[in-house]
Amino acid sequence: MITLLDGLSLGAVYALIALGYTMVYGIAKMLNFAHGDIIMVGAYAILTTINACGNVWVGFAISVVVCTVMGVLIERLAYRPLRGASPLAVLITAIGVSYLLQGIAQLVFGARPHPISMPNLGMINIGSTRISVSTVVTLIVGAIIMAALTVFVKKTRTGRAMVAVSEDSGAAKLMGVSVNTIIMITFAIGSALAAFASLFYLMQIPTVEPTLGSMPGIKAFTAAVIGGIGSIPGAMIGGVLLGIIEKICQSIPAISPYTTAIEFSLLILILLVRPIGILGKKRREKV
Amino acid sequence: MAILEVKDLNVYYGVIQALKGISFEVNEGEIVTLIGANGAGKTTTMQSIMGLIPSQGGTVKFDGSDITHTPCHKIVHMGMTQVPEGRRVFQELTVYENLLMGAYTQKDKSGIKQNVEEIYTYFPRLGERRNQVAGTLSGGEQQMLAMGRAMMSHPKLLMLDEPSMGLSPLLVDEVFDIIVNTFNKAGTTILLVEQNAGKSLAISDRAYVLENGNIVLSGTGKELMQSEEVKKAYLGG
Repeated sequence: MITLLDGLSLGAVYALIALGYTMVYGIAKMLNFAHGDIIMVGAYAILTTINACGNVWVGFAISVVVCTVMGVLIERLAYRPLRGASPLAVLITAIGVSYLLQGIAQLVFGARPHPISMPNLGMINIGSTRISVSTVVTLIVGAIIMAALTVFVKKTRTGRAMVAVSEDSGAAKLMGVSVNTIIMITFAIGSALAAFASLFYLMQIPTVEPTLGSMPGIKAFTAAVIGGIGSIPGAMIGGVLLGIIEKICQSIPAISPYTTAIEFSLLILILLVRPIGILGKKRREKV
Repeated sequence: MAILEVKDLNVYYGVIQALKGISFEVNEGEIVTLIGANGAGKTTTMQSIMGLIPSQGGTVKFDGSDITHTPCHKIVHMGMTQVPEGRRVFQELTVYENLLMGAYTQKDKSGIKQNVEEIYTYFPRLGERRNQVAGTLSGGEQQMLAMGRAMMSHPKLLMLDEPSMGLSPLLVDEVFDIIVNTFNKAGTTILLVEQNAGKSLAISDRAYVLENGNIVLSGTGKELMQSEEVKKAYLGG
């Protein structure tokens, strides 16, 4: 029961990050490998504010702003000039941006991991199990954000434009949609979600270092591919699934050392059996 | 008065010149057709006017302003749009949501609702299938949806790229009837691109014949229908 809740909570973190990957892929048709490092940026924003004023929630609010601005800036400066370039050039640029962010963090804050004192929210009893409040908060807030995002995409003018651009950006332009604006909004949303992810991540592992975003980033990317890259519900399912598998593996002593290997094997398995992922769509052309 | 003026438009795909300096105009309220064989440059002309592919020379003026280098989405806001070749409806969105996408430039919510209902009266089939995702519609229904969607932006000038392609003869008649008796009658200027020369010349005020990136002939729809060259090349006689 605890394992399951822990898994769901970790899964919510993965899902929040995976949403950033999958939305950007769906709309800008690119893999933003610097997305994981946005989490790191958010974590340093929280760390810096806590050191300055001691309040984690102020730190979180600032980290949302910093991450959103950072995501939009990266898109504007690094990716937009490459619109229409070969996917490989964009991919290499994204990897370059990832190293650039890590390098800057190392330059400014040093390579040494900084412990961060996150508030202890205590434990509560659910039935007969004792569970930390932060796990429950992660779970609930994660669920609310994902529900809100689903409603946003389905019911608003901008959300529909996102779906339209992801399906056929040329036709979307003919509706009067500015594709650049929609891509910018997508990066802003994805990066803001990464700020949430960094808060929840720090609640579980309260240490900040320049490479903090790499592992959760690559795992969330795995989750996005398992769920079907480009699909928003797919990212949610993939994230939660991966979180639960990770916690279950860790709870069994015999296989716990192989947890990461098992997760990535699952990716390979999915790619072999169903390359488009659980909810991925194959586009059929209608003549 | 000319609502659209194309002057000496040049478009290249790499080293290949697709449009070799074409000039034509469309007057307010007219139905004008560009006819031509596959590869003559009809779709290129439309996409270039809409700003979807860049031109390397010449000017395009719409409604008094130079739009040669205006991005596509801004042109739509100015009052011109296109029903693209192959319909390109949003397959994952419902019929209703597709129509809402068409009204992306419109701000008046109750006006949009009213327009949707209007489109359903032009195309009752769309009304019946309003909550169905567009990917499950037949080709003819998708063509109607694409046309309805384009009309949602209240275009002053509507361009249609091969609206008859892949439709049964009965549906072709229906589509042409709506272009003439509903859209054009309501005041929308029409620029049509067609391979179906007979049908389109019959409804056109004026027409241009495009061959290998050049305009080789122009005249009223009637004149061109009687032209020996057009008869031979496009009307099968």
